[in-house]
Formats: sequence, C-alpha cells, structure tokens
Amino acid sequence: MADPLLRVEKLVRRFGGILATDNVSLDVARGELHAIIGPNGAGKTTLISQLTGQLLPHSGAIYLAGQDITKVPAYRRSALGLARSFQITSLLSDFTAADNVALAAQAHDGHSFHFWGNARKIPHLRKTAQSALDRVGLGHRADVVVSRLSHGEQRELELAVALATKPQLLLLDEPMAGLGVTESARMVKLLQELRREVSIVLVEHDMDAVFALADRITVLVYGRVIASDVPAAIRQNEEVRRAYLGDQHAVTRHG
Amino acid sequence: MTASLNARNAIVALVIAGLLLLPLYSSMTGNIFVLTLFTRIVIFALAAASLNLIMGYGGMMSFGHAAYLGIGGYAVGMLAHEGIGSGFVQWPVALAASALFALVIGALSLRTRGVYFIMITLAFAQMAYYVASGLARYGGDDGLTIYKRSDFGGLINLSSRVQFYYLCLACLFGGIYLIWRIVNSRFGMVVQGLRSNEQRMQAIGFPGNRYRLVCFVISGTMCGLAGALLANNTDFVSPASMYWTRSGDLMVMVILGGMGSLFGPVIGAIVYLVLEEFLSQVTEYWALIMGPLLLLIVLFGRGGIVGLLGRLRRG
Repeated sequence: MADPLLRVEKLVRRFGGILATDNVSLDVARGELHAIIGPNGAGKTTLISQLTGQLLPHSGAIYLAGQDITKVPAYRRSALGLARSFQITSLLSDFTAADNVALAAQAHDGHSFHFWGNARKIPHLRKTAQSALDRVGLGHRADVVVSRLSHGEQRELELAVALATKPQLLLLDEPMAGLGVTESARMVKLLQELRREVSIVLVEHDMDAVFALADRITVLVYGRVIASDVPAAIRQNEEVRRAYLGDQHAVTRHG
Repeated sequence: MTASLNARNAIVALVIAGLLLLPLYSSMTGNIFVLTLFTRIVIFALAAASLNLIMGYGGMMSFGHAAYLGIGGYAVGMLAHEGIGSGFVQWPVALAASALFALVIGALSLRTRGVYFIMITLAFAQMAYYVASGLARYGGDDGLTIYKRSDFGGLINLSSRVQFYYLCLACLFGGIYLIWRIVNSRFGMVVQGLRSNEQRMQAIGFPGNRYRLVCFVISGTMCGLAGALLANNTDFVSPASMYWTRSGDLMVMVILGGMGSLFGPVIGAIVYLVLEEFLSQVTEYWALIMGPLLLLIVLFGRGGIVGLLGRLRRG
C-alpha cells in the first residue's frame, strides 16, 4: 500500500467564518471501501465536493494515483477515473435511463463534436449502457424516462451512470438516502459486489450499511478527522462515541 | 400518445404542404400579397428555428438574437453598397460575420447563467444596434437601401418573387433538417443534457461550455442566413432589424410555437406574423389583443401550440 489510490493532504475549506473542512488528511488504498461518517453538518458532502472538483479547497492537496488533481476541473477528473453519485439524486430527468448511462459512456468515448449520426444508434454506447443498467438491476427499465422511475431506481441509476464512466474510484454520497428497508438491503448487496471491481469512498448515515461494508472508516466531526481506522477499532473509539452521543447506540448496537 | 403524435404530425405535414403550394395559390388567385407575407414569415421562421436550437434544446435564453439578422443583412447591404453584388461573396461573408460575432458574444456571455445571460446577450445586441446607427457611410439611423439583390449568376434569380420564396423555403427546410440531425447527434445529446443538468454532465466528464459555445455559434450563423434573406426581401437594411423588440419577437415566436419542438418555431412564426398582419389592419392597438392572446397561450399551453395540439387530442 505504498501508493494510495487517493491521498488527501491537509485539506481546508471555509465558508465565511466556518471551517467546513479543517485540515483533513486521509488515504484510500486501491481496492478499499473507505467509509466517511459523521454527524449532520460534519462536512462530509463538502469534502466529497472537493474530491470531485465541484468545490475548490482553500489549501491542501488531493492526489489521485499519485497525480496532483487539486486544481483539475471536475469534468477532467472524470476522465482520470473519478466518478460520483449525488446525495440528492442528480440525473437528466427528461432523458431515459439508457440515455443517462449512454451519455456517461459517450463522455469517455472521445470528444462529442459529432453533429450528424444518431447518438441513440451507436451500438457500443448502447451496449455499455445496457450492461451498466443490467449490473445494477435496471436492465428492464432502460427505456423509461428518469422522472418516472421510483426513488430507489433512481439511486441505482446514479450508480449505473457512475459505473459507465469506468472509474478507478467511486465516490458515493449517501447512496442509501431515502431508501426503504428492502431497497437499502438491495443497495448493500449491490455495493458488496461492486467493491470487488472498484475502489469506493462511501459517505453514509446508515450505520448498518457502513459497518457491513467498510474496510476502513474515517470519522468527521466539525470538519475535522477525529478517527480513521478499521470498523472494530472505530466501534471502540471513545472520542467517536462521544461525538455520536445522541445516537451513540446506533454505532454500538449493530454488528 | 401515438394519437397525439399523429395529430401533431398531421398539422406539421399540412403546414409543409401549404408552404410548398403557396406560390401556386398565389398565381392562381393573383394574390401577390400572400406570397410577400409568407416570404417574410418563412425568413422569420428560419430565424426563430435557429433561436430554438439554443433556447429550446440548449436552454440558453438569448435575448439578442436579432443582432444576427442585422449582421447578416448589413453584410449583404454593405457589400452591395461597395459594388460587390455577387451572392457568392455576400452570403459567405454574412455567415462568417454572424459566426464570428456569435463566437465572441458566446465566449463572453456563456460565463453567466439565467437572468445574467439574458441581460448580457441583450446588451451585446443593443451594442450592435448602436454601432449600426453610427455607420454614417451606410445610412446610419436611416438604414441602407439595397438597389440590387444578391446576384447568383444564372443559378437563381432573387428578383423573381417565386424563385426567392422557394429559396427562402429551401433555407428553412434545410435549417430544420440540420437542427434535426444535430439534436439527435452525440453533440445534440450533450447540449440537451447540459440544459437538463449541468452539474451531472460535468460529473460524468463533459466540459459544458465548449459544447454550448459551438451550439451558440451554429445558431447565430443560421440566423445570419435569415438576415441575408431578409435584407434581400426588403431591399433594405436598418439598425431597427437588430433592436431588442425584434429579439423579443423571435423569442415570442419560439415560445408560442413550442420550445424544443422541431416545427414549433415555424408554426409560431406563422401565427405571430399572420396575427400581427391582420390585427394591425383592424386596429392600431393590435398589440392590446396580441398581448393577452400570448399570455393565454403561455399560461395554458405549456409547450406552445405544438404542445397544445398534443394535449387536445389526448384529452
């Protein structure tokens, strides 16, 4: 593990007087599923947004496979193998499921300054889209417009879109958000399969899911990393317990 | 759904057939006025269709589209004034000038979104308006009379009403065919994706503004062509053709007909200009009737007339 896939060094991001990201450092090894947890407002989404390039940090550095990507724009990080899902579902809602995924594949199939041929009839893009949809169990819903998919299906589609970009690292921002019990279970099962193919950073509130899936867990409180370790150690960590006082049992009860 | 599509297609087919057969009707009845009116309508339909490409499909609300009408027109007018009458020179210059203007305006205004984009495109168009007003050599405020229409050798005679009408119609249909291809191409998918969700498109790896800018330039160039046609139609070009109310007219045509529908702008242009023509004959205050009418269509006919047609049949 000499060369981590993702290395974050002393990242700082302020919003006015608030330190949303306070000297955050963390490493994600290749093949690892690394969970980031923390109470509401701990700065998890802010951190993810900096990793994907939607937000620029005020200081610190981000390396992907050894390359400094701190100032690389969002669209180019995608080309380098970084993919994300959004906490609040963010899809092309007036496109079909297949179109959404095919566009993701198209983004990684050279430039798109092709003005003539019908994009919906390009076999290899459609094939990539269909196999990504099959992968998340949405194969039969390919031609349904996104706004007509259920919330659970949209969450799965987010994953399919991310997968179609053939990422090295998948950043998942609360993929379980708003899912029912059965849907959550399906998502956990899906992530369990995916983790064998791709490294994953998982931001999640669902502690069952986190402790079931994670190789390592980083705990954020008020923008700071208070612990970063394997799940068993995190469960025993006093500081983590204190931070989670309100839902302390949520950390300790399960597992 | 299929029934509504058929109803829409039937109307569109009817409009196409009507436009194609119009000169026949005109010569049979001796009604020259209708041909003159529809030549104008077809030209504005092309301009509106070009605006629809960025507004309806690309989600870019340009409020300065009339600038290209003026630029295309002035390219023809100024060259004619300087004794260069060949259409083979005039028209490429008109297109190139429009494209260049769109490239500069687009590069600057695409840094903004929403209301700011509307305002900045409006500001640039008004700038073009005032520059044209200041061109003393080319008539300034009063505009520039074009004494001879673009000369295409023996290929086509623009002074013949019927030939000119069919040229305009060919440009319109060609433009719409081009838009149809573009919209369904890889490029078109990206542009429409950016309209739908820019953040998502960046996350999957698209540098949005590059695609937007190219779309903006295509649209501007197409409108420049409409400008060249318009100047030939009126034998005259003036700053008024780029005034902001003209940009507003184009926007209204697009919204009226149906944003993001291929033939919407054509239907919008027909309805708008025919109404304007007849209402203005009835009363000087025609805008008082036109205004509420537009309001009703915008309020109750989301998706414009084309959208309305679809829903009528479904209900």
